[in-house]
Amino acid sequence: MRRTAFAESVLPPIVALGIILVAGDLLILAYGEAPGAVWRTLAEGTWGNAYGIGQVLYKATTLTCTGLAVAIGLRAGLFNIGAESQLAAGGFGAALVGMALPASTPWIFAVAGCVAAAAIAGAGAGAVPGVLRAKFGAHEVIVTIMMNFIVLALLNYIVAARLHVPETLHTPTIQAGALPRLSSAFAAFHGSAANWSLLIVLAIVAGAWWYLFRTRAGFELRAVGLQPGAAEYGGVDLPRTLVRALTVSGALAGLGGINFVLGYKGYYEDGFAGGAGFLGIAVALVGRNHPVGVLVAALFFATLSQGGLAINAMVPKQMVEVLQGVVILAVAASVPEVRRTVRQAAGRRIGKTDPTPPGNAGAATTPGSVG
Amino acid sequence: MRRILILLGVLLAAHVALSLAHPGGAVAKPGADGVNVGIVFDLGGRGDKSFNDGAYDGAERAERELGAHVRFVEPGEGSDREAGLRLLAAEGMNLVIGVGFIFTDDLTQLAGEYPNVAFAGVDYAVAVDPAGNAIQPPKNLAALKFREEQGSFLVGALAALVGNSRKVGFIGGMDSPLIHKFEAGYAAGVKAVCPDCQVIAQYAGVTPEAFRNPGRGKELALSQYQQGVNVIYHASGSTGLGVFEAARTMNKLAIGVDADQYNEAPGYVLTSMVKRVDNAVFDVIARVKEHRFTGGIYEFGLAEDGVGYVYDEHNKAMIPDSVRARIEQLKAEIIAGRIKVPSAR
Repeated sequence: MRRTAFAESVLPPIVALGIILVAGDLLILAYGEAPGAVWRTLAEGTWGNAYGIGQVLYKATTLTCTGLAVAIGLRAGLFNIGAESQLAAGGFGAALVGMALPASTPWIFAVAGCVAAAAIAGAGAGAVPGVLRAKFGAHEVIVTIMMNFIVLALLNYIVAARLHVPETLHTPTIQAGALPRLSSAFAAFHGSAANWSLLIVLAIVAGAWWYLFRTRAGFELRAVGLQPGAAEYGGVDLPRTLVRALTVSGALAGLGGINFVLGYKGYYEDGFAGGAGFLGIAVALVGRNHPVGVLVAALFFATLSQGGLAINAMVPKQMVEVLQGVVILAVAASVPEVRRTVRQAAGRRIGKTDPTPPGNAGAATTPGSVG
Repeated sequence: MRRILILLGVLLAAHVALSLAHPGGAVAKPGADGVNVGIVFDLGGRGDKSFNDGAYDGAERAERELGAHVRFVEPGEGSDREAGLRLLAAEGMNLVIGVGFIFTDDLTQLAGEYPNVAFAGVDYAVAVDPAGNAIQPPKNLAALKFREEQGSFLVGALAALVGNSRKVGFIGGMDSPLIHKFEAGYAAGVKAVCPDCQVIAQYAGVTPEAFRNPGRGKELALSQYQQGVNVIYHASGSTGLGVFEAARTMNKLAIGVDADQYNEAPGYVLTSMVKRVDNAVFDVIARVKEHRFTGGIYEFGLAEDGVGYVYDEHNKAMIPDSVRARIEQLKAEIIAGRIKVPSAR
């Protein structure tokens, strides 16, 4: 059974990878370039040297957070499209605390304060749609989309009217809470934006896994996602679980903001999220809503993004965007197909000793509970 | 299970086969001869019909006329700006250009790290020390600045001469020092030819959103036209599309900005104050090629053909020859330094 579950979660991305390689080949050829050379440049510009690796890690750090945010929401049956603004709110919260704290604040308290502020700001932006959903039944997709406009416009106004450094779109630099770059310990990473917030984010991945699969709240959240009526009948407080799911989701997206604000630039800049919140939806989908899957998917999308820069001289940037779309389609299309064939195979194996009908062989492995 | 493995095998085989293909038109690596230039666009990217496209045109001309090899990078998100500049600098480009004021910090930092590479920033924001003096950029970094107030002066004079009204209009995007520069030059131009004319200046807002609000632009323009204004100059990005719309509705005139915007409302666009980013980019590439590049602040005004106004077959009929002569005379006086155009209100 474990093998079946593993095959079901790992095979679709591999099939998708094969599909994007071929789709990429065709696109590159259509543009009049040599696919081999373009892929080689992409590989060299990403995993081929320490700087490229650092850039990929930097991008993956933010994407992991937004991917986890969307994944937690989907586990509860909620589609959080607000990760973009929650990410921005988190970054802004971290920057505010970093600017307000005196420079003499002990390092560990300053970082903890900024990280907490990022989580709280993101959670606040996530709690609003959660409450509206739980109390009034307002659909979270609509509300989170609207929250994107409201939160981004509000932040934009605050920065433009009150907080910006003249002739820029960013706030003053934080005085406390900055995280050093990886290059401060490993000189090879020189120039790359990767920083120690990636350790914090790895801890967040572990925490998200623990929360989902080892706590009562996580169990309730998953139960609500699988079958809300049954969960409520079983004693789960439905409104509370919905609010909690979107609040946790918002907090996770908000935590992504520390990567740019504390680790890279040291200030909040209008528009720093740059679509990472929306890309989180793709990361969650490809990562199959599992924290480890999200981490791997984030690394993959970060590689595509950084690789897109490296090959930008040969093919237009839009090619990478098309490939991102192809990945999503390929994963979405191959998941049910793979599940069917894997279960048929498993059913045949089991059928030799135990006369369970093939259709029931996989019933214990409910979709989404792969752990 | 077997079907999936077969599918994977087929995909892999197809990929290997396609990877070996090498179409004839594939771009060759830039050679050691000639000058290698890298350009990182602003987030708006190519196709904005303004700023980025101007830089692209200039680079393309340099490829044709100077034999330069130009590479472009279009960043996706914030950290890509530095990454793009760094990528190009590390590849040993002779010149790396960042398009847009937002590159200011990144360019300053990289110029320090790569002292042997020439850098240039379009609209680079020159920092000012507490005493009010400009802080010079690093010696391998050229700040390409435009004297928007000079071009605005000329279109201001034109608006007053052609408008046939005591009132002329101005609509700015975000209420900020950069746009005040346009307003100040414009108002000075109006006063130069019509001392008792009144300039009605309004702004669409106080956030960058004010550059993307055609609805607000139309609203402001309609109210100005109803007050008796006949010509409105806009410096407001796509908010100006609303100004053109209002001009069409009211059968009045509008003046475009940055690029020639005649096609936005043919017949209703008196002229456009053009910012020749293409000339500035071409000029800096030529300097690098001819080994006479030095860092510092480069200002592109009327004298350098860095700003100007459009006068061509489309709008000729709207501008009488006597008016044209007067504008050209003002232009000559500004170039000669006899007229000083203010850059702040």
